[in-house]
Amino acid sequence: MLTPRKCAFVLAGYALLSCAVLLTAPFFGSEPLAFDNVVGALFSHRPHVDADIFFYHRIPRVLLAFLVGGSLAVAGSALQVVLRNPLAEPFILGIAGGGAVGAVIAISVPGLLIRLGPFSSVQLLSLFGCILCICGIYRLASRPVGISMTSILLAGVTINILCGAAILLVRYLVSPHLLVAMDRWMMGGLDVVGYRELSALLPLLLPGLAFLFIQGPALNLLAFGEDMATGHGVNVASVQKQILAGTGLATAAAVSLAGPIGFVGLIIPHAVRRLSGVDHRVVLPASFCLGGAFLTVCDLVARTVVAPTEMPVGIITAIIGGPIFLRILLKRGNRR
Amino acid sequence: MGHNPLSVESVTYQYAASEWRLFPSSFAVMRGEILGIIGPNGSGKSTLLKLAARILSPGAGTILLDGRDLTGMGRREIARHLAYLPQNAESHLDYTVEEVVAMGRFAHARGMGFLGPDDIDVVTRSLFQTETEGFRQRSLSRLSGGERQRVFLASVIAQEPKVLLLDEPTSALDIHHQVRFFNLLTDLVAEGMAVAVVMHDLNLASLFSDRLLLLKQGKIVHQGSPEEILNKQILQEIYGDGVEIVEHPATGRPVVLPTTAPVQHKKGTS
Repeated sequence: MLTPRKCAFVLAGYALLSCAVLLTAPFFGSEPLAFDNVVGALFSHRPHVDADIFFYHRIPRVLLAFLVGGSLAVAGSALQVVLRNPLAEPFILGIAGGGAVGAVIAISVPGLLIRLGPFSSVQLLSLFGCILCICGIYRLASRPVGISMTSILLAGVTINILCGAAILLVRYLVSPHLLVAMDRWMMGGLDVVGYRELSALLPLLLPGLAFLFIQGPALNLLAFGEDMATGHGVNVASVQKQILAGTGLATAAAVSLAGPIGFVGLIIPHAVRRLSGVDHRVVLPASFCLGGAFLTVCDLVARTVVAPTEMPVGIITAIIGGPIFLRILLKRGNRR
Repeated sequence: MGHNPLSVESVTYQYAASEWRLFPSSFAVMRGEILGIIGPNGSGKSTLLKLAARILSPGAGTILLDGRDLTGMGRREIARHLAYLPQNAESHLDYTVEEVVAMGRFAHARGMGFLGPDDIDVVTRSLFQTETEGFRQRSLSRLSGGERQRVFLASVIAQEPKVLLLDEPTSALDIHHQVRFFNLLTDLVAEGMAVAVVMHDLNLASLFSDRLLLLKQGKIVHQGSPEEILNKQILQEIYGDGVEIVEHPATGRPVVLPTTAPVQHKKGTS
C-alpha cells in the first residue's frame, strides 16, 4: 500500500536521477567546455565563450529535452490507462499528425516564414494543427454521456492516416529542396530553441501536466474499467475529459517545438511501472522524471556521436528504446 | 428509519440504436437480505443493476438511497453508501491485492488518496473478512479466479456501503469457491448490509437468496421467496420446457434440474 512516506521516497530517487542528468548533460557536446571557465563566468563575471555556449545554448536545449521527454512520458502513462491499451502513446490521438501537417505547410510556403513573438511559423502552424486535431477528436468521440474511448482510438488512427495523405500531397507539390527540411522536422529534433521559446511553451505545458498529475487515484481505478471506477466514486466522464485535455495540451506543446519524437511516450511508462509499481500517484511524476532524463541522454548522444554535426534525436530514441522495450517484453514473457 | 436502503421506482431504460428496452421496473433491497436477480440471457438483469447503481442514468423513474434521490448526489457521495462490482473487473496493469482493496477507500479519502489510520483499519478488516489477508502483497495476476473475486469483494466492502450490488460475481468460479463466496455474503448481510446479486445459476440463487426478482424481456415478471418463484409453472413460462424441480435434501429450498422430458412426447407422434 502506498504511504505518503514511501511515495516521497520513491519519487526522491527519480528526482535525484533527473538532477544528475540535468547537471551533467550541458557539459557534453560537440564543443568541449572547461568547467573552470563556466564557473568562472558565473561567479567572478569573467566572460568566456565556453560560458556563453553553456548558458545560452546547452542549458535551454537540455531543459527543452527534459520537458519534452517528461511531458510525452506522462501523457503516455495516462493514455495507456484511460484507453486501457498498453500500446497507447500520445501520438495515437492523431495530435502529431495534425502538428506535422501544420509544420509541412509552413515549410513549403517560404512566404509564411515569419516570426510571431518567440515562435517561428513552423511552430505556430504545427501548434495550430495539433489543437485542431484535438478539438476534432473530441467532437468525434463525444457522446451524450461522456466520451467514447473506442471512438477516440479509431478517430485518432483515422486522423493520422488523413494527415499522412495530406503530407504526401504537400510533398508531391513542393520543390524538392524543401523536402529535406520536412524530413528533418518529421524525425524530431531539439536544436532550435532558446529561453524565449522555452518559456512560451510553459503556459500550455504546465496546466496540461497539472490536469494529469492530479488524476493519479482516479487512474488507478480506471485501470479496472469505467464501471468499476464509477462504482468506487470516480466521475468518469469528467476525468476522461481532463485527461484528454491534459494530454492534448502537453503533447501539442512538445510536438510544436521538437517534432514528433517517438518511443518516449510508449516505453517510459512501462519502464516506470516495472521499476516502481503500477500505482499512478507514483507512475505519473516518475514518468516525467525518467522520460525527461531519457530524452536528455538521447539528445546528448545525438549531439555527440557524429559531431560536429548531429543526428535527429528521434532516431536515437528508437535505437536505444526499441531494444529496451523488447527486453521488457521478453522478461515479462519468461515470468508468466 | 422507515426507508429501505435502496428503492428503485419505475425506472426505464433504452440503449441508443437498439430495439431492446427495460419497461418501468420497481424493486427495493432491504436491510439484512440478499436479493437474487435472475432471468434468461438478455432479460435486463445487468441493466437493472447498473441503473440501481447509477452507472447508467434511467430514462424515467427515480432511485432512492436511504430515501434520498440519487440524481442529486455526487459520485463520491453515492459511492460512500452504495458499492457496485461489475461483471468482469480486470486490468492489464498488475496491481497488488492490498492496492486494489485500498482503492475501495477512494470515495472516503481526500486529495491524492493517501489513507489515514481509520482507512487502513477498514482495509485490513476487509482483507480479513474476505480471507485475502494471507496474500495481501501478492499481485492479481498470481491469484486464482476465486481468490481474485474475493479481492474485488474486499475492495467494495472497504467502501463500507449500506447497499452492495454485484453482477454475476461467481460466474467464473468452481462450485467450492461459489459456495465460499456466497457464505461471505451471508455473513455481511447478517451485519445489516443490503445486497443485490445478479445470478445466472438458479440453484445458487435458490440456496443463498432471501428473495428473488425474475426478469423476462425487460420486465420484472415475478418477485418473491425462492419457494414462490422457483416452481415448475413459472420456470416453464420463462425458460420453456426441460426443467424439473426437486427439494434440496438439507435446506428444503427448491433445486432446478434439467430434464429430457419433451423427447417422450415426440415418440407418440412419429
